Amino acid sequence: MVPLSWYVALSAFLFITGLVGVLIRRNIVVVLLCIEIMLNAVNVNFVAFSDYLHLIDGQIFVFFVITVAAAEVAIGLGIIISLFRLKESVNMDDYNLLKL
Amino acid sequence: MMQQLPFIYFGGMALVCALLVVISRVAIYSAMALLGMFVHVAGLFIILDAPFLAGVQLLVYAGAILVLYLFVVMLLNVHSRGTMLQRQTPWAIILSLLAVGELGYLVLTSHFYPKLPAIPHPTVPTLGNTETIGMVLYTQYLFPFEVASVVLLIALVGAIVMARGRSGVRQG
Repeated sequence: MVPLSWYVALSAFLFITGLVGVLIRRNIVVVLLCIEIMLNAVNVNFVAFSDYLHLIDGQIFVFFVITVAAAEVAIGLGIIISLFRLKESVNMDDYNLLKL
Repeated sequence: MMQQLPFIYFGGMALVCALLVVISRVAIYSAMALLGMFVHVAGLFIILDAPFLAGVQLLVYAGAILVLYLFVVMLLNVHSRGTMLQRQTPWAIILSLLAVGELGYLVLTSHFYPKLPAIPHPTVPTLGNTETIGMVLYTQYLFPFEVASVVLLIALVGAIVMARGRSGVRQG
């Protein structure tokens, strides 16, 4: 039996990996990929606790997280495509239109 | 040890794939490493007695979301092969080091075998995994389910409007 704390630790490692990726990568597509890593880390946590507590609610929440992730990807990639039309670049530092 | 072997394999591979997503320089390689991470997280779901979610993970993440990413990466024809750490703002470095330090502190100070009380299984005969999820989703979580449908509808309309561009607006 794998202890619950191992799953929590794995989830923390995955989340930090995604967070560091969001912070240090400049390619805007890779930043969206790293957000997916963070969402998956949260899903692992939800399912691990759902298994430990024998409650199904955690799995329902994972369902909603997947829904939100799909919506976020559709919107995010739409934004990326229209930004690429505007600037011909995928570097985050080029998008400073809203900067003061 | 034999019981923990699947967890070590799936968890370790998910972690390695996540690291590859962050450190590979070509966006296509990042997307492919993310595919590996999705598959191994689905394996973790199977270990955790959630086979329905494993299927959903493979269908939605590996099947739909990743294909969308690959489409966009190929459509944009990106060839920015610069080094990974080009022109970092100092804030990014500081915040990353802070996050990693926090993780290291948590790992070093926590003990990994706490005496958690075992939760007894419910005595009523339970349905299968998929049946239980369907039952709870359509009764107790009916309102969030409807909200999720609205979220998906808005995302659909928004993605079409944004990806269509300015040229297509007046043709309708």
